[in-house]
Parts: sequence; C-alpha cells; structure tokens
Amino acid sequence: MLEIRNLHVFYGGIHALQGVSFSVPKGSVVTLLGANGAGKTTTLRAIMGLVRPREGAITLDGRSLLGRRPHEIVRLGLSLAPEGRRIFPDLTVLENLLLGAYARSDSAGVARDLEFVFSLFPRLKERVRQRGGTLSGGEQQMLAVGRALMAGPKILLLDEPSLGLAPVLIAEMYRAFARLKAEGRTLLLVEQNARAALSLADYGYVLETGRIVAHGSAPALRESDLVRRAYLGV
Amino acid sequence: MSIFLQQLLNGFTLGSLYALIAIGYTLVYGILRFINFAHGDIFMFAGYWLFYWFFIFQLPWWLAALLAVALTAGMGVVIERVAYRPLRHAPRISLFITAMGVSFLLGNTIIVLPWAGGRQKPFPTPAFMTQVYTVGTVRIQGVTLWVPLIAAACLLALLFLVYRTKVGRAMRAIATDIETTALMGADINRVISYTFLVGSALAAVGGILWGCRYPRLQWDMGVLPGLRSFTAAVVGGIGNIVGAMLGGYLLGLAEILFVAFLPHLSGLRDAFVFGVLILFLLFKPTGILGKPLKEKV
Repeated sequence: MLEIRNLHVFYGGIHALQGVSFSVPKGSVVTLLGANGAGKTTTLRAIMGLVRPREGAITLDGRSLLGRRPHEIVRLGLSLAPEGRRIFPDLTVLENLLLGAYARSDSAGVARDLEFVFSLFPRLKERVRQRGGTLSGGEQQMLAVGRALMAGPKILLLDEPSLGLAPVLIAEMYRAFARLKAEGRTLLLVEQNARAALSLADYGYVLETGRIVAHGSAPALRESDLVRRAYLGV
Repeated sequence: MSIFLQQLLNGFTLGSLYALIAIGYTLVYGILRFINFAHGDIFMFAGYWLFYWFFIFQLPWWLAALLAVALTAGMGVVIERVAYRPLRHAPRISLFITAMGVSFLLGNTIIVLPWAGGRQKPFPTPAFMTQVYTVGTVRIQGVTLWVPLIAAACLLALLFLVYRTKVGRAMRAIATDIETTALMGADINRVISYTFLVGSALAAVGGILWGCRYPRLQWDMGVLPGLRSFTAAVVGGIGNIVGAMLGGYLLGLAEILFVAFLPHLSGLRDAFVFGVLILFLLFKPTGILGKPLKEKV
C-alpha cells in the first residue's frame, strides 16, 4: 500500500536518511524502531511532504507522493500524529478533533468518526469543551491520535506515541492501537519503545543513523540479537 | 446630550474604526509574525475605490461601496500572493522592508492615477450619513449613529467567522502552528489568503466609514490611522483578535477624552497616542490580552 524506496534526505549538510526502503501493506501494523536521531521522524516528515527528499520514491497505492504538499497527502489518505503531540493549545478538544477532519466534506462520516474516537478514548469525550492546552500529557497524546484518526486515513502514522507517558498510559494507548488493528486498520508506528511496538506490530524495521539495519516479522525481531541487545535491554 | 456623553460617543465611534483596522494588523501578525505596514494604505485605497465608482463611473453609493470593499479585499490577497508569499521562509526583516515598499507603492499609485493625484479629493458621503435623525428629544446625525453600528456589526461578524466556522478554526490553528495545520489537511496558502481577504475587507469598511466622518481623500491619509490602529493592536495584545477590538475602543476613547479634557494640548494628540505605544512596548509588550509568543521556526 505505502512503499518507500531508497529514500535520501539531507538536512543542510547532514545526510539524515541514506537509502531507506520499506513497505506498509494494507491491514498491517508496521513499526519503525530506532534510537534518537536515527531518522525515524525524518522518514515520517518526508512521507507527509514536510521535507523534500533528495532521492528516492514514496508511493501510496502506486501513486507518487513526491513533490506533493502536506494537505494533498492528507487528502490522499495519510495522517500523522506528530512527535510531541503538537495539539492546538488554545482550541478546545472538539475543535482540535474537527480540525483533523478539515479536508473532509462528508459530515455523516465525520460524525461517525468522532463517535469512534470518543469510544476509543472516553476521556476526550469528558473533556470535549476544555482547551487542549489544559489536558495532561497522556490526554494530549490521545487527542493527537484521535485528531489524526478524524482525517479518516488509509494509513495512520504515529510518531513515538509512548514518549513521555507513564507505563499505565502507554498500556492504555496500546490497547487503543490493538483495537484499531483488530478492525483491520493500517498503522505505521514509529517507536523507541521496541518492547511495546513489537508486541503490537506484524513487521518491523530497525533504523540506525539513516539506514535500515535489520527487518523481519515482529516475533523474529524480538528474538534477534541486535534488537535484544540494543532495544530490549536483555 | 451632555458634552461628556457626546465625547464618549465620539470616542466610541473613533475606537470602532481603530478596531476595524487593528484586526488586520493582528491577524497577519498572529500568523506571519510581521507588521504589515501596507495595511494603512489598504485602508486608504478603499476610499479611492469608492471615489472612482461613485464620482467617475456614477454607480449608486451602496454599489460603489460594496465594490470598493470587494476590490480592497482582493488587493490584500494579491499583495500577499506577490509580495509576501515568496518571502515565507526569508528572514522577518525582509518581510518588514517589503511591507514598507508596498506601502510606498500604494501611496504613489494614487498620486499617478488619473482623477486622483496628489491633491486632496472630496469623499462621497451618502445622504443617510448626513441626515439628522430625531430620537425622542435627542437629535443625532446619521454619521454618529451609523458608523459605530456598522463597525460593531462587522466586528461581530468577524468573531462569528473566527470562532464558529471551519475556516476560522483553521485561522486560529495556523496562528499557533503552521506546520501542524497543514497536517490537518488545510491548504495553508489558502488559509493565509483568506486571512488577508478578511483583514483587508475590514480595513476597507473602516476606510469608507472613516471617509463618512472625515470626508476628504488624500494619498497619505492611511498613514496616521494605520499607525494609531497598530498602537491599538499592541495595546490589546498583538496577535489577539479580541484584544485588537478592545485596544481599538480603548485607544479611541482615550484619544477623544484626552483632547476633550485637555483642549490646550490637542496638538499633542498623536504624541499622546504614540506615547501610549511606547509605554506599552516598554512595560507590557504583550498588551492587555496577549500572551508571550514563542518565536516560530
């Protein structure tokens, strides 16, 4: 469904991505693991059209995403819950969620998705009139994920959704992701938290200094020495 | 009517005009973090559009006024498109200087335009503005009645647009985070164009109402009202829409009361207004309602 081929991105003089390739098949959960600075966020930013790759191909259902602007890419069916949540602090929870559906004109579908997001994260429903900036970190992360779901994406891109959350909240977040997976939705999950990500994902890629150094099915990666040593700490 | 009430009403009227113009400064600053110094000239242009449509092309006043607002709003959009958008990623100082350049361009365009030119021109004041209405025992001139009412109606319409519509939501979102707004599927260029459209339309209404009150046109008539409205936007908290309205009304009232109570100092009117600006920038740069703004990357 989503295909990344030989992606090269430069930041100034820095060669941030050096030929990254991977694919996200329909209905699967794919995770991209790696340490800080490995290029995970850069990869997502390139997919969403926020940075321009020097070389390579990004296609969604065979259609190239290169050179398209972010709002066009959202319309084609990708949406991102960005690193650091980036919710709009002065807008209410409801306004944040409705902004996520900005590109849509099917009001019945938007209303349905709003109900779905509330069933996924009931706490958002309780805080619907509250300003986004007044939410706790975990609630803001729920809002960021819910807001991305409101676009009705073919693939949901998640950038470190467990970052900075207490274990109980990480578990809650991953229960929500498991429900999305059970419904057959497609997720691209970028994580430092390999344990959590591999518990959910079907397939994983390991990114180190801009290169894919390992990939395989989630059970295989869990058993691999590289992942065990570097990311699972065993 | 007592003198004091009369002055209060005058201040309120002037303030509502400042508020209309101040919105444009604050909307643009909120998103692009620069002061659009051409905004005062946008305001001035509205009066000239009306002058052309009414005197030269002989259209009915209301139609001429509508066209003037529409064309001025369109000018705002075009200016953003050709002068500011190419500088979206340039240092802020480049935008600043470009805005100055646009300001000079607009003023000097009037000087070379046929029928306009550098000399003062009459402003076409419609009959309903000069007519005297009798409400009970109070006799009130149309301009005193209509100017604050029309201005307030426009401000209410703006609040509705910004706080109750989809594009208004995007306008508020883009003021805190342009990139994330794009990730919501909003075409940020369109949202920014829309912002210039709205800000310039309000300035146009302000320009026409201003002309009804002070009925003469001159190519540099936008400069002082522009700077005073900019002061109002700073007083209210630059970037804050409600703040711009509040600042406009407060500054208008303060200015009129200053002149009314200290008539021998009336020559220092502008010194008073800009003194307020300097004091705010020194001691309360975020204004009454503004919050400290983070530099955008």
